[in-house]
Amino acid sequence: MSTVTPTLEPSIVAVRSARRRVARRTAYAITGLTVVWIAVFLVRITQGDYLISLPDAVRIIRGAEIPGASYILMESKLPRAVLGTGVGVALGLAGAIFQTTLRNELASPDIVGVTLGASAAAVFGIVVLGQGGPVISALAVAGALGVALTVRALADGHNGYRLVLLGIGISAVMSAVIQYLFTRVDEFNATTVLQWLGGSLSNVEWRAIGLFFALAVPVVGAIAWRSKVLRVAELGDDLRAGLGAGPGSVDALMALAVILAGLATAVAGPVAFVAFLAGPISRALTGGRTRLVAAALVGAVIVVLGDHIGAYLLGDINLPVGIITGAIGAPALIWLIATGRTTRGSR
Amino acid sequence: MTGRASRLAIVLLVVAVVASVCSLLIGSRWLAPASLWSALTDGSDPSAGIAQARLDRTLLAAAVGAALALAGAILQGVTRNPLADPGILGINAGASFAMVVAMAGFGISDLGAYVAVAFLGAGLALILVHAVAAAGRDGATPTTLAICGAAVTAVLASATSAVLLLDRQTMESFRFWQVGTVSGRDLSVLTIGAPFLAVGIVLGLLCIRLLDAAALGDDLARGLGRRVGRDRAVVAVAVVLLAGTATALAGPIAFVGLLVPHAVRALAGPGHRTLLPLCLLGGAVLTLLADTVGRVLLPPAEIQVGVMVALIGGPAFVMLVRRGRTVAL
Repeated sequence: MSTVTPTLEPSIVAVRSARRRVARRTAYAITGLTVVWIAVFLVRITQGDYLISLPDAVRIIRGAEIPGASYILMESKLPRAVLGTGVGVALGLAGAIFQTTLRNELASPDIVGVTLGASAAAVFGIVVLGQGGPVISALAVAGALGVALTVRALADGHNGYRLVLLGIGISAVMSAVIQYLFTRVDEFNATTVLQWLGGSLSNVEWRAIGLFFALAVPVVGAIAWRSKVLRVAELGDDLRAGLGAGPGSVDALMALAVILAGLATAVAGPVAFVAFLAGPISRALTGGRTRLVAAALVGAVIVVLGDHIGAYLLGDINLPVGIITGAIGAPALIWLIATGRTTRGSR
Repeated sequence: MTGRASRLAIVLLVVAVVASVCSLLIGSRWLAPASLWSALTDGSDPSAGIAQARLDRTLLAAAVGAALALAGAILQGVTRNPLADPGILGINAGASFAMVVAMAGFGISDLGAYVAVAFLGAGLALILVHAVAAAGRDGATPTTLAICGAAVTAVLASATSAVLLLDRQTMESFRFWQVGTVSGRDLSVLTIGAPFLAVGIVLGLLCIRLLDAAALGDDLARGLGRRVGRDRAVVAVAVVLLAGTATALAGPIAFVGLLVPHAVRALAGPGHRTLLPLCLLGGAVLTLLADTVGRVLLPPAEIQVGVMVALIGGPAFVMLVRRGRTVAL
């Protein structure tokens, strides 16, 4: 038997090379994003107003004690970098899932009011009930789910602009509630609440970070397990149903996204526009494909970098990361509207 | 005026009077109706202080409500955008951001200067939101305007809280004002704002003819001899005067400008000759009632009028969107 190299039809060659090009582009994007995230993470823990050399940082993390540096790294820089990564991943995933299943770039959890619902519930827990820790997480998730279900019921299957407008209406009510609660706290706590409302990684302890990861990792795992549905959901309801994926499978994925957004909000406050930005940026990098891994990495990069900028931009003042992401995100949203990129799925 | 409109006018007038009296009587300490007159006129009366404070906030609430409702009505009319409201379109957020910057950055504490700064912020936000929305592929549709307004509000809110975090003192004075409240302000505040409000209201009421023409669409309005660009500029100036002053006086209050014109239109028809004066009355009634109810809802604390109005206005906005009449007015 002689080995014959099969001669392929030119059309097949064309399709194959096109598919390979997309796969290669996605692989490049994800590799590049991973490298960028590692770089940003290292910058966050070694640079700033107190420089720690990389070998020192490694030594400290492995247990060595260096006066001064140990405390700053272990109690401020490292927890913020770790939590920033976690929150960024959670928000990036939630945003990409929302935008893809609803087929609308404006329909991210922060714009349709899901994160505001979570923070209203969380602020209620902090200010009125005087609670902390797991109770706040539970309340935030409940608030996020409540708003998501309300908006969805009201939107009645219209996933385009109507959903976004309804979200804006609900958000207005939620922020009125938050503003009211904000007037009820005393002067000392007001700064804390305002920091938190801006979306902030400062004042976070390892216990809270541990709680966040303990709750969020299973949810991310479940999303990874269910994520195939996303590629079908992207095609629209009819094609999705035709391909054998029931509406329940999409709903389950959305619910996981809402829970993730709620958990992130509980620990860091509503970090503005990360969920909204991560999807479109990652799509631009992967050449139009929605890849959850890429969206999660973009989210992590945005939050860790934003936190670094916020912490060191203005000398002694620690600006919450949400203010930085808000300052970047709102112009991006305006640009999206101005270039008419949002007409997809309007109605 | 048609029969329906004049009936509504009478009802609103009666309700406004009743609401004002309630606003004077009701609060953490109730005043007896019989003693109200002496409390207001006789300075030595034990309740005189309370009565005076309540009178101030009643007047302020009525003025702010009327101004915001009129601003909403003319804004909806000229842009033919049923979702137009100074709060939703980011105009109030622009005014409040400008004021925070003035307070924290330049140490301005004079109320007259506040009002001027608020005008500046309101005007810039109005122009920004409309320019961005108009740059879109579909032009300035009601939906793009509302979303642009939300985006501009978001970025201004984030900038505002950045300034507040930098300056604790400003935060203390600002966080109560930011909610939208008419309590704790004395009459001197209103006397400074009153001339601007008066000019804004007169200018707004002068817009009746141009708004009726604008309702027919830009082409027909031009055919009727209107200069559309100039008309829009006049309305913009009136809106900035009304919303800017209202925000400077009572903080950013959303939804009054949205709710009242829609309610009046549903009850009395869309003609601006009846709509605008009725909106003045309706806006005053809404803020008066919201302020009064907010005082007794969760004793001993007060719920600020801005929060009350948002609690009513948010669901109303949702209803409006759900009815799907986002384009037709």
